[in-house]
Amino acid sequence: MTLNTANPTVAIPERIDVAPVNKADGRDLYAKRKKIYPKLAFGKFRLIKWMVMAVTLGIYYAVPWIRWPRGAGLPDQAILADIINGRIFIGPIEIWPQEFYIVTGLLVLGAMALFLVTALAGRVWCGYACPQTVWTDLMIAVERFWQGDRNARIKLDAAPWTGHKLFLKTATHISWLLISIATGGAFVFYFRDAPTLMAEFVTFTAPLDAWLFLGIFTATTYLLGGLAREQVCTYMCPWPRIQGAMFDADSFLVSYRPHRGEPRGAHKKGDPWDFRGDCIDCNQCVAVCPMGIDIRDGAQLECIQCALCIDACNNVMDKVGRPNLLIAYDTFHNLDAVAKGTNVRIRIMRPRTVLYSSLIVLLCGLVLFALLARSDVSVALEPDRNPLFVRLSDNSIRNGYTIKILNKKQEPRHYALSLDGLPGGSMAILGQEGDPHALIVDPADTLVALRVYITVPPLALKQMTGHESHFDFVLTDITDGSITRHAAVFRRPQP
Amino acid sequence: MSTPKPIDKISGVETTGHEWDGITELNKPLPQWWLWVLYACIVWAIGYWIVYPAWPGIHCYTRGLWGYSQRQTVNDSIVAAHAAQGKFYDAVAKSDLATIQKTPDLLTFTNAGGRIAFATNCASCHGRGAQGGIGYPNLSDDDWLWGGKLDDIAKTLTIGIRGPNPDTRTSQMPRFGLDKLLEPTQINAAAEYVLSLSNSSHDAEAAGRGKQLFADNCAACHGSDGKGKQDVGSPNLTDAIWLYGGRKEDIVRSIETGRGGVMPTWGGRLDPVTIKMLAVYVHSLGGGQ
Repeated sequence: MTLNTANPTVAIPERIDVAPVNKADGRDLYAKRKKIYPKLAFGKFRLIKWMVMAVTLGIYYAVPWIRWPRGAGLPDQAILADIINGRIFIGPIEIWPQEFYIVTGLLVLGAMALFLVTALAGRVWCGYACPQTVWTDLMIAVERFWQGDRNARIKLDAAPWTGHKLFLKTATHISWLLISIATGGAFVFYFRDAPTLMAEFVTFTAPLDAWLFLGIFTATTYLLGGLAREQVCTYMCPWPRIQGAMFDADSFLVSYRPHRGEPRGAHKKGDPWDFRGDCIDCNQCVAVCPMGIDIRDGAQLECIQCALCIDACNNVMDKVGRPNLLIAYDTFHNLDAVAKGTNVRIRIMRPRTVLYSSLIVLLCGLVLFALLARSDVSVALEPDRNPLFVRLSDNSIRNGYTIKILNKKQEPRHYALSLDGLPGGSMAILGQEGDPHALIVDPADTLVALRVYITVPPLALKQMTGHESHFDFVLTDITDGSITRHAAVFRRPQP
Repeated sequence: MSTPKPIDKISGVETTGHEWDGITELNKPLPQWWLWVLYACIVWAIGYWIVYPAWPGIHCYTRGLWGYSQRQTVNDSIVAAHAAQGKFYDAVAKSDLATIQKTPDLLTFTNAGGRIAFATNCASCHGRGAQGGIGYPNLSDDDWLWGGKLDDIAKTLTIGIRGPNPDTRTSQMPRFGLDKLLEPTQINAAAEYVLSLSNSSHDAEAAGRGKQLFADNCAACHGSDGKGKQDVGSPNLTDAIWLYGGRKEDIVRSIETGRGGVMPTWGGRLDPVTIKMLAVYVHSLGGGQ
């Protein structure tokens, strides 16, 4: 792979005078925010981050516009959460509210995957894929485009207000706002047909809810991505606190290798490297850090493990002719072992990784099973509980049931309902009495509720034992002959 | 501004200087903007007190500049719901009962409304599931004293049974024992005959004596075959349904003391649409004719 690992701006590695914002001492009780000016990094991990940004943002903005024709009366948007009609459409899958457990399964699956990668390599999610990281990265790139890199921005902020400064600042904020509007807009497109809603936005006829959520997500994107940035990760997000229980001494975390770097100190070209570490204390790792920390202080809460310090340090090591990876993905175990001059093996298979992996496989299986076993008709049965049974004038016993039939197909269906396993039992459907061959019509994508009475005459009752008999309701789709059975109980007084 | 604070030896991070039994607290400063968020919330709360109802008084409360009231919101919702139901109300008011039953939309509406009206007004006697009890007819079976057709049910609801309405349905089962109309042995014989009508176990000899007694004293209302007459509300004595119990002692007691349950007059107490909804609902409980 030929990557742009050479940083043209670092001709000679020289010491940058910078103190980490989140330093260990000299703290106030209420810390005034110190602005962080992340320097642009070049290298393998920066490239990966650019690619992840392109892919995730591309998916986010483009997916609502993917079409998926479903026929008349139904949305032709590939992914749509239709809140009003209580349906989630994902390509060929249509999820009804009572099937939301499938979505729950996917969410739990996502959580397990998050646990697994955290156990393996720390906060990979935070460093590369979290929306907060991705949008912050984008906002910083925009800021860099208008105002220049780290040094230029520091200089601009320190400079008195001029027309030029005003122009650069305004342009930055307007660009942020435009990105935020696009972000908020894309969000609401997931809940209403995107081209329609786009037209409604343009003509100012969109529903109030749409404007409201567009406003909320525009505001949060601008505030959290543009202004708050690292404050969100450090002070608002619970994940940095939870992750302490997620990784262990065998997880690969972005780490400074003190055994190689120390004792650190400035280094002049031509000086010998004996009796000193490789770290030339140039503070490049601090300058690129979007969280304002010094990775050489060790693992810390603020670190989102974005690995930009690895890129920065590698460039410096190239310049001074020392090996790469003074800062690298490494494990606590390995760092300790190398410091003592011993070796440890890398342990990918650990109880927690095995557990998470097994749960992921299990959950994948369950979700897949739920999706494959999903029927396009479902029957729900409520037997009357009050009264459990009714004695009729000829000593027959009658039970009442409410049957709900869900037609999940996109076309009307016609069913015949019958009984199986209840000798002598006769059925009457309220509203269809006197017509034993009446068909139940279930319009497309709809639920019908039927009141059904089942009567067993005295002679047949004598054949029954006990006070309840188990039987099946049989629902036959007369178009394709498919049969759905639902178990039911017929109750009668103690004989 | 801050004086140098002690440094925690293990973490190298300074402490707040506070100590509890040797335990000190690392100084993890809260961001300044968080403090401002707290102040903003306080300001917000004050604004909330001003525009929304907030402080209770002895007889009233501060109503707030916006005049918001949850009760008003509920009332508005009820008015809106009534408006939304308006077309169904009007349709039910205009249609006859059979038409309502044949129109799926109206049937759904009347059954939903009827169920609520039944629970409110009828369930205390007839039971939550209309299953009735001793002296209170079961409305879900197929045996009707005053008729189980839609119009019969609506009429019973409107004028009541032995109620205050001048047109009320009425009839009287005489007190054969208390008023000395029959001797105890005669009552016993009549009861045995009544038992025989529904093929219940009985004393054939006594029933034979009771047959003539039944023809003389009971058949006028219950019919010569004992099947009852719905125009006078006399029960069918040949079936399996017994309003006051079907054991011999129950029947003897009915003959001795007479019977006559009262159903309130609902016309005038419930509006005609509700009565229609109740009639359709009761008819749908399984026994409607």
